[in-house]
Amino acid sequence: MTWQRKDLLGLEELGKEEIGLILDTAESFKEVSSREIKKVPSLRGKTVVNLFYEPSTRTRVSFEVAAKRLSADVINIATEASSVKKGETLIDTGLNIQALKADIIVMRHNYSGAPVLLARHLNISVVNAGDGWHEHPTQALLDIFTLKEKLGRIEGLNVAIIGDIAHSRVARSNIWGLTKLGAKVVVCAPKMLIPPAIEQMGVKVLGDIDEVLRNADAVNVLRMQFERDELAAFPEQLEYFKNFGITKERLQKAKKDIIVMHPGPINRGIEISSEVADGLNSVILEQVTNGIAVRMAVLFLVAQAQ
Amino acid sequence: MKLLIRNGRVIDPANNLDAICDVLIENTKILQISQDIQTEADTIIDASEKIVLPGLVDMHVHLREPGREDKETVLTGTNAAIRGGVTSLLAMPNTNPAMDLGENIKLFKEIIYKTACANVFVCGALTMGRLGKELADFAKLKKEGAIALSDDGASIDNDRLMLEALKQAKKQNLLVISHCEDKMLSLKGVVNLGLTSTRMGLAGISKESEYKRVARDIRLAQKIGAVIHIAHISCKESVEIIAQAKKKGVKVTAETCPHYFFLTEEEVLGFDTNFKMNPPLRAKEDVLAIRQGLCDGTIDVIASDHAPHTENEKEIEFDRAEFGVIGLQTELAVSIAELVKTGLLDWLGLAKKLCLNPAKILGVNKGALTLRRDADITIIDPQKEWLVKKEDFVSKSKNSAFLGKKLTGIVEYAIFNGKISYKRTNSL
Repeated sequence: MTWQRKDLLGLEELGKEEIGLILDTAESFKEVSSREIKKVPSLRGKTVVNLFYEPSTRTRVSFEVAAKRLSADVINIATEASSVKKGETLIDTGLNIQALKADIIVMRHNYSGAPVLLARHLNISVVNAGDGWHEHPTQALLDIFTLKEKLGRIEGLNVAIIGDIAHSRVARSNIWGLTKLGAKVVVCAPKMLIPPAIEQMGVKVLGDIDEVLRNADAVNVLRMQFERDELAAFPEQLEYFKNFGITKERLQKAKKDIIVMHPGPINRGIEISSEVADGLNSVILEQVTNGIAVRMAVLFLVAQAQ
Repeated sequence: MKLLIRNGRVIDPANNLDAICDVLIENTKILQISQDIQTEADTIIDASEKIVLPGLVDMHVHLREPGREDKETVLTGTNAAIRGGVTSLLAMPNTNPAMDLGENIKLFKEIIYKTACANVFVCGALTMGRLGKELADFAKLKKEGAIALSDDGASIDNDRLMLEALKQAKKQNLLVISHCEDKMLSLKGVVNLGLTSTRMGLAGISKESEYKRVARDIRLAQKIGAVIHIAHISCKESVEIIAQAKKKGVKVTAETCPHYFFLTEEEVLGFDTNFKMNPPLRAKEDVLAIRQGLCDGTIDVIASDHAPHTENEKEIEFDRAEFGVIGLQTELAVSIAELVKTGLLDWLGLAKKLCLNPAKILGVNKGALTLRRDADITIIDPQKEWLVKKEDFVSKSKNSAFLGKKLTGIVEYAIFNGKISYKRTNSL
């Protein structure tokens, strides 16, 4: 199949084959990063604009590295979300970037759906680098890529996602991607962090972390964002660690070669212990490396579709 | 001046009339309704194959004037009304300034007198600034012409203040219209709470935030025997609560809007803010319950909740966009397509919801084709199909939830005070 979409806005709208195509493309780009000269000319002469309305280091840097390894020119724009209110509208900002003849906007926004709005108004590509609680497609793709690399398949795997599911775009994109590829997904969190009707997205909801870990082939540990308003009413951090934290003791009861993932940045001692984060089951840094290949693939494919 | 409408199918629930006949208007009044009226007329409208209805009475309209004339004015809003067959409307008080003082209503009445091309009735505010803290002076509002009271867009959270409002309104013989929403429950929600909010990663508005307030307001009204009208209900539970209250003899009436019996929450999945309204679009089972409620009489009224907003306030991030959609020009056609064509209501039933019931609830002499009454009449072609397009809206704002939809039934003529104030041209 060939890639048809000008934008990548989320995994909900993608078919199994499209996800497969991104993963395959990423696989062929992965080798580039281990070359002595880490560069291919695929996007030479193209301009990628990183438009970030929310602070982000790792995602922005990962996209920047990916674009540069494809030989694209990269421009970073960081805008404080609060200045949106006084400043120009999102659509006007996008139209200006389009008028600069940029080819791809990589966009991070604190409001769900903002990339959808922008993509509707622009002819150039929009890649969602995380919008509100909605989607973070490239994160989920790199998680899936890593899983597949480690375990050889996705279909039939038991994958658990632990943490603040309600406010997590990473969780949503992972759920769409994994279920489309045939994995069995369990979400596990305190009740107040499980959004309503999530079962209808094709996942199982369980409250007992030990039960979840017993059956899981992989666990994706979400960052607990205690700094957000939505978690103001949430019990103590230590309480969370006691009940849901991924520790060495807990993992002893899990499958021996369980894969432990985390989208980063990690809060050691809150959702995951240092021993686990740095331990043999952890693939956290490999995820970071794979993120470059996946983002190279996404940038390459959307640029082709224009 | 005589105007004769010939051979239309005349629908008038007030007089239980559904027959092919003629309607004769002299100056501003209805003079005669019967078959084969023999008279000289200045104008004759051939209404064969057409439906002749009392002019619609829309009891929930935001005209935005004074204060937000960039969104809508009395002139543009009533012009849109006429196009939609609405000859009378109730203007909601959430203007700037709000209709919380007699003098504000007085000034508003002057604007109406100078610019309105339909009957505009005024709804006063329940509380000062619609803040839910201090009651407005209902006697003064009534004296300047308010015929109902509402804090629409907000609800009085304090039970005792709401009870006092109902008492004072009863004393003044004024109808209280309640926007039922507990903001402690709806919080920052923007779409229906459930699978939709979860999929979109948006904060949800629970049905509870609506129906709990419906239950409270009914309970308070019942306590003192006051009359209450529940605005824009959207969910199954609200319908059930109202049905039970009616069974018990509580003096409650209820309204819904076309979007709540036509559209489900799935429309919103593309982040199109033309589907963002408060209360939000709900699930399929709610849409079915609203239809059933219209059918069995639990819901008395269809109103548009016409809420114009500029493109700047709508074509932005979903969370930041204003709530609300326009509806004056589409409410009749949506109702015909979804209620009459589907067999849920007959024409008399529809005319009750759109004309007679709202007039009765508001206590105004409208919504009927009774002899010697004001000649406000809407003539429609019930078969004509049309596509809803932005450029056909005469409202200042274009934020319709029905853009691109194919509707059946179009307004051919709107007669206001005995004069043809709108006649459809071929372009539409």
